Order: sequence, then structure tokens, then C-alpha cells
Amino acid sequence: PCNSDAHMELTTEKPSSSARKEPPASSGPRPAASFSPSPAAAAPKSMEQLEEEEEAKDSFDVDVSVTNPEKVGQYLPPAPSLCWSQHETSLPMFRNKTFSVRRRFSDFLGLYEKMSVKSSLHGCVIPPPPEKSVMGMTKVKVGKDDPSSAEFLERRRAALERYLQRVVCHPLLLQDPDVREFLEKEELPRAVNTQALSGAGFLKMINKASDAVNKMTIKMNESDTWFEDKLQEVESEEQQLRKLHAVVDSLVNHRKELCGNTAVFAKSMAMLGNSEDNTALSRALSQLAEVEDKMEQLHQEQAASDFFIFAELLADYIRLLGAVRGCFDQRMRAWQRWQEAQSTLQKKREAEAKLLWANKPDKLQQAKEEITEWEAKVTQYERDFDRIGVTVRKEVLRFEEEKAKDFKGQIVKYLESMLQSQQRLIKFWEAFLPEAKAIA
Amino acid sequence: RLWCRGPQCCMMGYLSVSLQPRAVNVDLQTDATLQVDISDALSERDKVKFTVHTKSTLPNFKQSEFSVVRQHEEFIWLHDSFVENEDYAGYIIPPAPPRPDFDASREKLQKLGEGEGSMTKEEFTKMKQELEAEYLAIFKKTVAMHEVFLCRVAAHPVLRKDLNFHVFLEYNQDLSVRGKNKKEKLEDFFKNVVKSADGVLVAGVKDVDDFFEHEKTFLLEYHNRVKDASAKSDRMIRSHKNAADDINRIASSLYTLGTQDSTDICKFFLKVTLLRWLCFKIEARVAADEDLKLADLLKYYLRESQAAKDLLYRRGRALVDYENANKALDKARAKNRDVLQAETSQQLCCHKFEKISESAKQELIDFKTRRVAAFRKNLVELAELELKHAKGNLQLLQSCLSVLKGDT
Repeated sequence: PCNSDAHMELTTEKPSSSARKEPPASSGPRPAASFSPSPAAAAPKSMEQLEEEEEAKDSFDVDVSVTNPEKVGQYLPPAPSLCWSQHETSLPMFRNKTFSVRRRFSDFLGLYEKMSVKSSLHGCVIPPPPEKSVMGMTKVKVGKDDPSSAEFLERRRAALERYLQRVVCHPLLLQDPDVREFLEKEELPRAVNTQALSGAGFLKMINKASDAVNKMTIKMNESDTWFEDKLQEVESEEQQLRKLHAVVDSLVNHRKELCGNTAVFAKSMAMLGNSEDNTALSRALSQLAEVEDKMEQLHQEQAASDFFIFAELLADYIRLLGAVRGCFDQRMRAWQRWQEAQSTLQKKREAEAKLLWANKPDKLQQAKEEITEWEAKVTQYERDFDRIGVTVRKEVLRFEEEKAKDFKGQIVKYLESMLQSQQRLIKFWEAFLPEAKAIA
Repeated sequence: RLWCRGPQCCMMGYLSVSLQPRAVNVDLQTDATLQVDISDALSERDKVKFTVHTKSTLPNFKQSEFSVVRQHEEFIWLHDSFVENEDYAGYIIPPAPPRPDFDASREKLQKLGEGEGSMTKEEFTKMKQELEAEYLAIFKKTVAMHEVFLCRVAAHPVLRKDLNFHVFLEYNQDLSVRGKNKKEKLEDFFKNVVKSADGVLVAGVKDVDDFFEHEKTFLLEYHNRVKDASAKSDRMIRSHKNAADDINRIASSLYTLGTQDSTDICKFFLKVTLLRWLCFKIEARVAADEDLKLADLLKYYLRESQAAKDLLYRRGRALVDYENANKALDKARAKNRDVLQAETSQQLCCHKFEKISESAKQELIDFKTRRVAAFRKNLVELAELELKHAKGNLQLLQSCLSVLKGDT
């Protein structure tokens, strides 16, 4: 019997992703996350060790996988975890080597919320969580537009997995107590304040914040053009990726169309073969119909590959670039704060001077205290601003490295899937050719 | 030899192509006594001019080798003259070539010209190349269709002797065959309506002759299924072309990304892009070849099977006439009036029917042989092409992957 309490999602959740009416369908995404931490790889030992290990250097790999959404009320055993490393030492940070927890979609949003407001993480490129809405950026017809469809669930599952993997890849984020709690704690309190994320979506949120920053009256004089140049680069790249994503979207849809049309064509060829009275030709035509059927299968799989590997990659990076922009905005805001503090300090000093002149000793004391307070703030904010600048630079470089790796990895995967497609295609036609030659 | 009068003209659709004679979709015996081909063609804004080249040892012609320029309407005139000729009622009249249709392609080229400002130079060049290739493909196809028609006529033992055909081949002036005016078009329309109604009638009557009965059943069903398959293959190929277009755009997008900034990813994209570009070009070509082989084959046999049906219809009409003549003769004998007239009429009908039946049988057997041969040839070529492209694709993907994986 289903626990009806567990089904009551927050108002932030879309009703469709909570309790489903159809019993057999999964009752909303509640993926289990399982992990297997690998040890710090001081130096890569052998060639067998994976690339990821080598690149890890002194950071460690934690592997995250998000298994399929489960029906509420049933408990899934921990999914087998991916283990990159060959060592089995356990990290002091985590209690167990392998563990899994159950999380709601809103929990993932909540995690992002917590990270994004931490001043210790200011300037960091915090991976954005997946879009809540089905459509998001894509016009790809997902299943039957039905949130409970297999395709939608798979898409969400994969997106959540990638999100977590990016989080744990980040050295600072992995240290964060909220992240650890998310990974380890049995039951998490319900996430609040996820309206902005789940409603308008991540990019709208970022853009709104960006607009606020841009409206500021004092313009920063950049001593270092690096920031300006880099931000421009990021913005232009985001536009490029958007364009590309739109085309990939179109490709996915056309391939699906092709699928359907191929299937229909295959049937009509089979019919034609039936009415053909030359036996050998009739058989060949039937064979052709079968080949076309198999082609349809291939197109189907290629469409999935187009989508899940390529389109989703682009979508992720468009949002990640938004996150990068967000860092730049944070730096601006830090600068603003510092400037405002300086102007406040200036006002306080002027006030003190006035008091001195007016000779009001009791108020003077208070004024002096305020000045001290604000002097400290100015120093603090300046330090913050510098620190955030350093962080942003580091983060952007790290991000670019990750991006290059990620793109390369995904494109390799994509090409490999195309390669397999071609190999199967060859088999089909090689089987057909003798049939065609046998026509007499 | 492809000759284009400059980019501006290209937009307007001026293309001159020199072609090798090729028989498409049909296996024909080439005969030294009469060889016909289309040696050249020029596409102008609103018409196509075909250079019909003839080589013949027949005494009917003044020279042994000569050329004339013909337009589509003249081919149609020739075809219609065969159809209207009672003497040819017993033959499958080679189907008329379809009207050259560059409208869609021209429209695309025009749109491209208008949108030139909104895209990068590379994008524009690439798109233009694609559209020009498409235009060229359509152009080659229409030339091939017209050529096949002439070759079929030249290969037919009776039709090749037709006087109109000789005039078509030799007379080096315009045949002055204007496009049918509205009234005539309307008359044609009604003629076709009546014909199809008759067709239904004739189809209902069971033939005494087993051969023709079988052929009738077969052709009716076959024709419908070819029609269906042809329509569906068109749709499939259009989807394939759309997907290929997208892939081209993706490749050029990646290229743009690659030339953007100086980071590692850019170098990586550049390396990958060229290989992928070739890869994807192949996919587009696959779609085009499938188009040529499968869809054209189906379209052609759609028209041929219609021509065969028409033959059966004509025979059916002749049979009906013969039966009516018999009835009239019986009536005349019973009344003992106009008997001689009725007898002559009946003999004529009988003769006509038997003549048609005899030649029709042979024609239908030939049709079957041709059809089987054409399908065989095209299916084999289709399979070989698919394999060739897939293997090429495979090679490119493999080298692409080895470059990527070997990259640090």
C-alpha cells in the first residue's frame, strides 16, 4: 500500500510529478543515488587506470549514479555502483564505501539553493539542477508529452545523474557539508524556496539576477580586462550553443519522422512484394521490406543517441554557461557592496566631522564606533572582492577544462554509436544483396 | 561539364549540362539501326531545351547522324499522337515523361539569395552548393526521363517506324505544338473521367482468356500498390533529406564554434569538424541515391503499369465492341435487314480485337520481363550503393574516433 503522505509534494513540485493515477507507472521520480568513493589517487599507478583517475591528481573521484525512479512504497536495493579505481581504501569523509539514499526531485533543487547562497562558495561555478518542466529548452516531443512516459523519466534520471556527477567532481563542493548531507543522510527535510528554480527555471533566474546587476549605477573600472573579455566569450559561446541546440533538436525530430515514414514504407513494400507474381522478385521485395524495418529501428536508436548524448550535452552547457555568467555577476555584486561600504564610510566620516564641529561629544563616541565598524567592513568587502576575483578565474579555467573533457567524451560516445549503426546497416544490406542478385 | 553563367544567373536557374546517355530504370536493347539520346540540355527560367541526338542506318532519314532541339510539350505531343492512333491500340505506349519541375528548387535558391545578409559567408557558400547540387540532380532526372521515353519508342519494333516519331527526331524547326488551351484541357479531363468509369466496367467483366484475366487482376492490384509504395518512399526520402540538411547545419555550426576562440576545445572541434563534415555529406548522398534508385523506379513503374492498364482497357473496349457487333449481327440476321453491313462491322471488330489481343499478350509478357529486369538492376545497385556509403561512413568514423581518442 502506498504511503499517501509521501506522495504529497510541495507546492513547488509540479502535480504531474507527484502521485500518478495509473498504478503501474512510476509514482514520480524518486531516484536512489548510490555512490562508491574511490581513494585519493596520489599518482596514477598503471596504464589500466582510467583517464579520469590520471586527471584527478590529488583530488579524489566519487562516483555517483542515479538509478531509475522507483515506485513509492517499494524499497529498491542499492544499485551496483560504478567503481573507477582499483584501490579500495575508504575515505575518512564518508562512513561507508557504498551507500544509497532516496531523494525527491525537489531535494536536488534544494541542494542547489543551499549551495548558491553560501558566501564560501561565491564565485564558484555551481552546476545548475535539471529543468523541471518537460519542455525546458527543447521542442523535442518527449514520448507522448506525458510526464510519466519512459522517455521523460529516463531523461530526468540521466539529467539528475549528470548534475550530481558535476557536483561531486568539484573539489570545493564535495567538501561542503550540505552536499555530504545530501549524499549520506537517510531522510532529508523538505526543500523550501525552490519556487524560482522549479517555476521559471534556472536560466530565467540567472538572467533576472544579471539584469539587476546591470542596472547598477556605478560602473566598474576593470583594471584587468580578463574579466570583461572572458564574459564576452562566455556570452557569445552561449549563443552559439543555443543555435546549435536548436538544430540538433530539429534533427531529432526529423529522425523520428524518418522513423515513422520508414516503417510505413516498409509495409507498402511488403504489400508490393505480395502482389508481385515473379517469385524471386517477390521474395526480394519482402526482404527489402524487412531491411527497411531494421533501418527504422536504427533510425530510432540514432534519434535517441542524437538526443540523449548530443542535445542534452548542449542543453547542459547552455545552462552551465549561464552559471558561469552568474559567477561574474556575483563578483560584480561583491564589488558593489565594497563600493557602497566605502561610500557609507565616507558619509560616516563626514558626519563625524560635522559632529566635531558642532561639539556634541556623546554622539561623537557613537560616530567613532560606526566609523570603526565601517572601516572593518570596507576592508572585509575589499578582501571578499579580491578573493571572489581569484575564485572566478580559477573556476573558469577549471570549467573550461571540464567542458573540453566532457564534450570530447560525449562526442566520442556519439560517434561510437554512429559507428555501431553503420556496422549494423552494413550487415543488413550485405544480407539483402544476394537476394537481389537472385532475381531472375 | 557543368557550366554556370555566374552566381547571379544561378539564382535565376540558368544551368547548362552535358550528359552521357544513360538508360535509367529500363533495360533496353540498343540497336545500331536507330540510336536516340539526349546529348545536351539547357535549363532556362521557364523551360528546358533538350538536344535530341539520333544515329541511324535506316533509309528513312536524310542523314545518318543529326540533332534537333525539343521542348517538353513536343514530347507530350508525340506521346499523345501514339495514344490517339488506333493502330497502336494493342501496344503499351511508353509513358510520357513528367513535366520538368524546378519550382521548389528555384524558390529555395531565391530565398537563399534574399537571406544572404543574415548568415556567414561559409554558411551561405555551403547552402548555395547544396541547393545547386539539388537543382542539378532534379535537372539530370528530368533529362533522364525524357531520354528513357525516346529510347523506349526507338526500341519498340512498331513504334520506331512511326512517322511522327521520325518528324520529331529529324525536323529541325519548331514543331509548333502549343500548350493545350483551356478548352482542350477540359475535354481531356472529361475523357479521363469516362475512361476510368469504363475501366471499372471492364474490370467487372470476367475474361474468357485466362491469361488476360490473370493480367487484369494482377495489374489492378499491382498498380495500386506501386502507387502507395511510391508515395510512401517519397515521404521517407523527404524526411531523410531533412535530417541530412540538419546534419549539414550542425557541421557548419561546429565549424563556426571551432574558429571562435583559442581554447583547446576549438582546436578539437576543428579537427573533428572536417571529418564529420565528410561523414555527414555521405549521409546526404545516401538519401539522394535512395531517391534515385528506389523512388524513381517506383514512379516509373507506376506510369508503366498505368500504360499497361490502358492497354487492357483498350482491349476490353475492343471486346465490348466485338460483342456488341455480334449481338447486332444476330439481330440483323433475325430481322434480315442490313445483314451485310452488320457482317462487315462484326468482322472488323473481330479483327481489331484479335489483333489487339495478340500484340497485347506479347506486350504484357515483355512488360513483365522488363519490370523484373529493372527491379533487379535497381535493387542490386541500391544495395551496393548503401554498402559503399556505409563502409565509407564507417571508415571516416573510425579515423575520426582514433584522432579523438589519441588526442590528449
